[in-house]
Amino acid sequence: MMNREPEQYTTGEVLAPPTERYTVLGWLKKNLFSTWYYTLLTLVTIYILYIVLKPTLIWAFTQAQWQVVVVNLRLFMVGQYPADQVFRIWIALHLLALTAGLAWAIWLPRSRRTGAFLLLIPLALAALPFISSFSRINWILFAVFALAGWGLGTWKPQAMRRPLLALLLAYFPILILLILGVQPILKIVKTNLWGGLLLTMLLAVVGIAVSFPLGILLALGRKSELPIVKFFSIIYIEFIRGVPLVTVLFMAELMLPLFLPPQIVIDNVIRAMAGIILFEAAYMAENVRGGLQAIPTGQYEAAWALGLNGFQTTFFIILPQALRNVIPVLVNQFISLFKDTTLVAIVGLLDLLGIASAVLAQPEFLGKQREVYVFIALIYWVFSYAMSYASRRLEVALGVGER
Amino acid sequence: MREAVVKVKTTPEQILGTPEEHRADAIEKGKLPIVLAHEVHKWYGNFHVLRGVSLEVFKGEVVVIFGPSGSGKSTFIRTINRLEEYQKGKIIVDGTELSRDIRNIEKIRMETGMVFQQFNLFPHLTVLQNITLAPIQVRKWPKDKAEEVAMQLLKRVGIPDQANKFPGQLSGGQQQRVAIARALAMQPKIMLFDEPTSALDPEMIKEVLDVMVELAESGMTMLVVTHEMGFARAVADRMYFFDQGQIVESGPPEQIFTNPQEDRTKLFLSQILH
Ligand SMILES: Nc1ncnc2c1ncn2[C@@H]1O[C@H](COP(=O)(O)OP(=O)(O)OP(=O)(O)O)[C@@H](O)[C@H]1O
Ligand SMILES: [Mg+2]
Repeated sequence: MMNREPEQYTTGEVLAPPTERYTVLGWLKKNLFSTWYYTLLTLVTIYILYIVLKPTLIWAFTQAQWQVVVVNLRLFMVGQYPADQVFRIWIALHLLALTAGLAWAIWLPRSRRTGAFLLLIPLALAALPFISSFSRINWILFAVFALAGWGLGTWKPQAMRRPLLALLLAYFPILILLILGVQPILKIVKTNLWGGLLLTMLLAVVGIAVSFPLGILLALGRKSELPIVKFFSIIYIEFIRGVPLVTVLFMAELMLPLFLPPQIVIDNVIRAMAGIILFEAAYMAENVRGGLQAIPTGQYEAAWALGLNGFQTTFFIILPQALRNVIPVLVNQFISLFKDTTLVAIVGLLDLLGIASAVLAQPEFLGKQREVYVFIALIYWVFSYAMSYASRRLEVALGVGER
Repeated sequence: MREAVVKVKTTPEQILGTPEEHRADAIEKGKLPIVLAHEVHKWYGNFHVLRGVSLEVFKGEVVVIFGPSGSGKSTFIRTINRLEEYQKGKIIVDGTELSRDIRNIEKIRMETGMVFQQFNLFPHLTVLQNITLAPIQVRKWPKDKAEEVAMQLLKRVGIPDQANKFPGQLSGGQQQRVAIARALAMQPKIMLFDEPTSALDPEMIKEVLDVMVELAESGMTMLVVTHEMGFARAVADRMYFFDQGQIVESGPPEQIFTNPQEDRTKLFLSQILH
C-alpha cells in the first residue's frame, strides 16, 4: 500500500496485483542462499539428507527383496478375506469413486487437483507392475466410476445434490453390508477373516462414524441443565480420557463379556470396534465442546427470541456452526485414530500391523522386517498425508475461520 | 434512594381476572395493556439490578426507555421475552403471564420480536434463510410462503437485492435491517429493540431509524431502548427514564423534553442533548 506509485491513484484504472516471477536461479537465490546463515542451513540440510537418503535409496533399489511384499500383497490389503469374495470390496471402492466424483463436480467444480487425485492415482496404481490383472482392471474401473460421477454431477449439478447426500449417508451401512454379507444374496464373511488394510480402514471409519454422533451427544450432555445427564457425561469423558486406548481395548475384550448373558458371544472385531468407539467418543465430545464454546451467547438468544425451542436452536443454529469450526480437529482425530488402530494387533487382530507380524513369522520370510515395515509405513504415510491434504482443501472450501 | 414515583394504571389482577375469551379483545381495543410489568425485581447474586419496575404498553404504542449505562435497561427489556429471569413481581404479555412454564415462554417468544444491539444474525445462513428459519420451523409455514414473506420484508427494509448473501458480506446497517426483517417475519405483536443503533457507524444509524419510524407509523407496538432522542421525539407515545434499576420518570416526549420533573432526568438529558 505504502509503496504504490502515485500515478496509480490518478489513472483510475483497475490494476492487477503485481506478480513475482523468478527464474530457477533467482528462486534458489531468494529462498535458499539469500544470506550467509541461510546458505549454511541449506548446506547442512542437504548434507543430512544425503547421509540419510543415500543408504536408504541404495538399499531400496539394490538390496531390498520386495518379493515378500509382492507375494503377500493380498494379505496386506484384505487379510484372509476369501479371494472369490474380494470383488465385494471393489464394489465398495467403486461406489466410493462414484460418490467422490459427484462431490468433486458439485462442491469443488473448479478444482483440477481433486480431479487429478481421483483419476491419476487409481490409474497410477493400475500401472504398478506387480499387481494382478484383476486388480489392474478394477483400478481402471475405479477411475471410470470417478469420471462417471463427475460427468453426472457436471451434467445436472442441481438435480444430483440429493443423490449425492443420499449416497454419503447410505455409504456407511452399504459398506458394512457389502463386506459382511447379507444372508441369501451375499455370502457372510466372518469378521475373523477381515484383515490388513481393509480391517485398519474399517476400524477407523466405523470408529469415527459411530463415535461422531455419540461425541456430539456427550458434548451436549456436558452442557446440559439436567444434573444426571451432565454428571454422566463428565464422568464418562474424564474417565475415558484418563486411560490409554490399549486399556480400553483390553477392557472391551475382557470385561464386555461380563456384562452380557453368556449365550451371546461377540467376536473380537466387534469388541475392538466397541472399544475404539467408546474411546473416540470421549475425545470427539471434547472437540465438539470446543466448537460449542466458541459460539457467542447472542446466537442462542437470537434463536430463543425467535421462538425456536432448545432442540431447534441446537440443531439449526448452534451445531452447524460448532461443527464447521471443528472440522480440522475432527480430521486430525481421524488421522490419529487411523494410526492408533495398530493397537488392535495387541489384542490379536490381524490389521495391517498384525498381518505384518504374521507374515514375518513365516519361515520363508524371516529377516525381511525392513521390507515389510517400510512398506506398511509407506501405506500409513500415504493415507495420512492424503487425508490431511484433503482436509486443508475442505477448510478452504468451507471458509473455516472466516465469518 | 427515593422511591419510584411512576404509577401504572392497570393491575395484574385486572388482566388475569378478565376471562380469557375477553382478554384478547380488550387488549385489541386498548382497554388492557399488551405488556404489563408489575413491581419487577431482579438480583444478580446480591446486586439488586431491577428494583420494582412497573410499566405498561398498550397496543400500537411506541414506548422509549432511556437512562444511564448500567441502569438495567437491557436487563429489563430482556425479562419481557424471558431471556432473563426475574425473582419478584409479574410480567403479563398479550394476556399470558410469564412463568417458569416453558409453554408460556415459547408462546410469548412467538408473539414478541427482538432486535439486539449486536444484530446476532446467524452467520452460517444466508439472509433469506435467516429470515425464513423461524417461520418454517416454529410457525410451520411452507417454504414458499416463508420466502415470499421474507422477500416482501426485505423490500420493506430496503435491501431486496441482498437476499442470497451471507451476513458477513453486509454492512452493519444492512445487517441490522435484516435483523429487523427476521424478527418481523414471525409476525409478532410486539417488537423489542435493545439499543438497535448504538453499534452502528453514524452514517448507518439513519437507515435503521428510518425503518423503525416506518414500522412505528404502520401501527406496530414497540418497546425501544435507545438514546436517539430524535426518534423518540418523532414517534414515541411515552418515554420512561431508568436509573439504578428503577423508573424515575415517565411521560409523553414533549413533557420529558420540555418539562422534566426529576433532577436526575434533567441532569441526564442535559448530558446527552448537550
Ligand atoms: N450476567 C450478569 N451478572 C451480573 N451482573 C450483570 C449481568 N448482566 C448485567 N449485569 C449488571 O447489571 C447492571 C445493569 O446492566 P444492563 O446491561 O441492564 O444495563 P443497561 O442499562 O442496559 O446499560 P447499557 O446502556 O450500558 O447497555 C449493570 O451494572 C451490569 O454490570
Ligand atoms: Mg444495554
